[in-house]
Amino acid sequence: MEGLKVSDANMVVYVHPSKSKKISQAVLRELGAMLLKFDEKFEGVLLAYEAKIIDKNAKILSGVHPYFGVTIKAKLLLFSPKPNMLLEGKVVKLRQESIHVIVLGFASAVITYEDIRDEFKHRTKHGEEMFVSRAHKHHIIKVGTMIRLLVKSFDEEILHISGSLVPSHTGSIHWLEKNSVEGSVTMSKRKMRENEGGVTLQDSVGTDVNAVILNNDHQPKTKKQKPTRIS
Amino acid sequence: MGAELENNQAQLHAMEDVNLTDAQLVDFIRGFLSSVSLGDIDGYNQLVGVIHHRDRLSPDEVALLVTCLKALSGAVSCIDIILHESLLAAIFKMSLWDYGSNVMDALIELIISLAVSNGKYVDSCLDMLVNNFMPPNSYMDLLKKPHGLTRKEEVLSRVHTALKDISDLVPLAPLRLEQKVVHKMQRVFFNESLTTIYVENMLRLEKGALSEFVGRKILTALVDKLLDLDVEIGWDDILQDDFSKGIFEMELEDDDDTTDDINEDSSELPRELSRRSLGGNVIAETLDSLIVLTFEHLESCERDGRLNEVFDILLLSFQRTVLTAYKSKFAQFIVFYACSLDPEVCGARFAISLADMFVSCNDPPLIRMSAVSYLASFLSRGKFLTTSLVTTILKRLVDWCLEYGKTLNVDPNPKAHKVFYSGCQAIMYVLCFRMRSILEIPRLKSQLLLMPIGPLLTHRLSPLKVCLPSIVEEFLRQAKVANLFTPSENFIFNGLLESDYSRSFGGLERLDMFFPFDPCLLKKCDRYLRPHFVYWSMVRPTYDEEEEEEEDDGGSSDEDAEIFPDRIDENLMDDEAMAISYDDQDFDLDSGLNKMSITPRNSLQYRCDFVQMPSRIRPSMSPEFF
Repeated sequence: MEGLKVSDANMVVYVHPSKSKKISQAVLRELGAMLLKFDEKFEGVLLAYEAKIIDKNAKILSGVHPYFGVTIKAKLLLFSPKPNMLLEGKVVKLRQESIHVIVLGFASAVITYEDIRDEFKHRTKHGEEMFVSRAHKHHIIKVGTMIRLLVKSFDEEILHISGSLVPSHTGSIHWLEKNSVEGSVTMSKRKMRENEGGVTLQDSVGTDVNAVILNNDHQPKTKKQKPTRIS
Repeated sequence: MGAELENNQAQLHAMEDVNLTDAQLVDFIRGFLSSVSLGDIDGYNQLVGVIHHRDRLSPDEVALLVTCLKALSGAVSCIDIILHESLLAAIFKMSLWDYGSNVMDALIELIISLAVSNGKYVDSCLDMLVNNFMPPNSYMDLLKKPHGLTRKEEVLSRVHTALKDISDLVPLAPLRLEQKVVHKMQRVFFNESLTTIYVENMLRLEKGALSEFVGRKILTALVDKLLDLDVEIGWDDILQDDFSKGIFEMELEDDDDTTDDINEDSSELPRELSRRSLGGNVIAETLDSLIVLTFEHLESCERDGRLNEVFDILLLSFQRTVLTAYKSKFAQFIVFYACSLDPEVCGARFAISLADMFVSCNDPPLIRMSAVSYLASFLSRGKFLTTSLVTTILKRLVDWCLEYGKTLNVDPNPKAHKVFYSGCQAIMYVLCFRMRSILEIPRLKSQLLLMPIGPLLTHRLSPLKVCLPSIVEEFLRQAKVANLFTPSENFIFNGLLESDYSRSFGGLERLDMFFPFDPCLLKKCDRYLRPHFVYWSMVRPTYDEEEEEEEDDGGSSDEDAEIFPDRIDENLMDDEAMAISYDDQDFDLDSGLNKMSITPRNSLQYRCDFVQMPSRIRPSMSPEFF
């Protein structure tokens, strides 16, 4: 799965003087308030963080901004889907006109009938709606199936993804992996490299957010040296 | 419009004749929608016309509307937020209350499809559903009739199911929903029935499947709303009675049946006045209904075993808003009632958290004084609290006050040591209510007698001089009889309610005169609170009238043996002992009460009414003192 990255950030968190006794709690609260929201500075949605306060001598700033500026180094797990990335999600609703998917448990994605490739035919079996591939009878998408989809667009405000099942390397992950469509795997790897070296996570890691957070010595990372102001 | 409708009819017949399948119908609508970008808007306008038309729909028109809505929900991906603005506006303006169940179902399906089809529609769809929490104005009268109630249930169950369905498909929707619900709440005006139905919906959300996500914010917003309404009711609306009476005398008990008895005692009754002034007060009535709804909600939470988690939210919101509000009058009873439902956990937590705030140096003095006022009032009035809890908290207060006084050897200074004085006053106030019940339990009695109350009250800061004379007077009277404490100097209060000293330690906010859990004046709430409430008339002081008279004659010697002739079995649990101490029918109601309260003198009559214990009370605070 693409669209996840771990960034190292140097940040200054501005803390209200009333919180001076519990700085670390206040810093975490500020970061917590940014969770699951798209942030333009991060160019993504903050999913998890780990922060270390490196400056023990925060001082009250002079003049107009009477807040403690606490310098921190943070490791941020960001989700930033871009068009043409491959994402994975679980089908939660399926109708002839659309497939509704939830990605990483919080972002909703929809694939409308125009974006479902003709290979898939809508069928109703024992009252259960599904899309079945005409070419491969075992390639089935129904409610509960984990699918790989291509990002068409991403609504940053409500974190809504418009997806597509047109490329041949999209569809039920189970089926794709079982039949290991060579082309799709190589293609997705190439795409990862192409993505300005920023993509860090292999498919298996990406789906488990906690695994990423615990694994601090995860190798390639994007550097975000610019201090970011949060207050 | 007329021409359009005719067209629509024609359309309907055309559709019926052709006998389209669902899929074909969806294609048909898609054609209408996509042709708008090409400049062909006839079909589209017809569609908008069908959706706009809402008055007196014939069965055919209803069928057409249902068909269009269903087809539209299949074609949502073709709807464009700019091109099809009028269609979207027409859909979002529809009110579920106007239609039958077929249309409602089709509309709900469309709304869900729209919300999940594109991030841009989520907000509008949620807005539309939240708007449907309340019926149109024309519907308000119908709500009182049985079929109106059935309808209400039909609409609301659909609305709430739709919200749940949307949240299942758009996991972040509850975040938006809670903001919308809270925002709209602030805009709901003081129309009792509308506000009530809105709050019903809020509580339904809090109880429902989305509770985990939206419950916290919604409950907090509700308490804030109650507080808003609360502060709208000025003290002027309530207090119009005679303030020359003491704190304890202010509390009056009566009932319609006993009016004659009371009239002989005083010409006008405070609560008669208060009720009269509150009666017809729309805000007070709204507040009353909302608090009752919240009480019922708390009861249901208790039944579902989730009272504790709800109490967490209530406690936090209490500390943040109610406690810091200037003399809240009613909103605090929400927490009181929650405590009464689970005294062992919630009641104890509330008392302990207030005591924590009082002793914490981090909070500003006013908050600490306010906290101790709430604490004193809560410990005195909560019938459900165990005497042992009361004793434990008292001990904490006494210890803190003593510790505070240790380092100080200065003359009384009400302003500088206001926190100290408010602590001392709280101790005395609680003891006025609880002294006898504590002394009746040997284990607690020894604890109380061991408390350094004497050194505290005789400290150079002179709490007895500074605290409210009416409380000090009553406390000294009881303490003397119980051998708890006798002052070395004589205090003459002449029945004064307050003094210059007490005024100045209370500050501008008059926290010296703040007893937040004094009997609730709201009629409907009172019914819920009554069984859990200690009225002053139920309190048995340590003295009784005969003792007093004997004492006046210079008689009484071994008081300890005589105070409690009906000593309670030591094997009883504290709670039971407490219950018995209140409900004991043998003790002479007549004797103690005559001095403490303007209460019906006829003890037989009074006993008949004892169970109902109607109260006529006003909060013991007056703006006239400013």
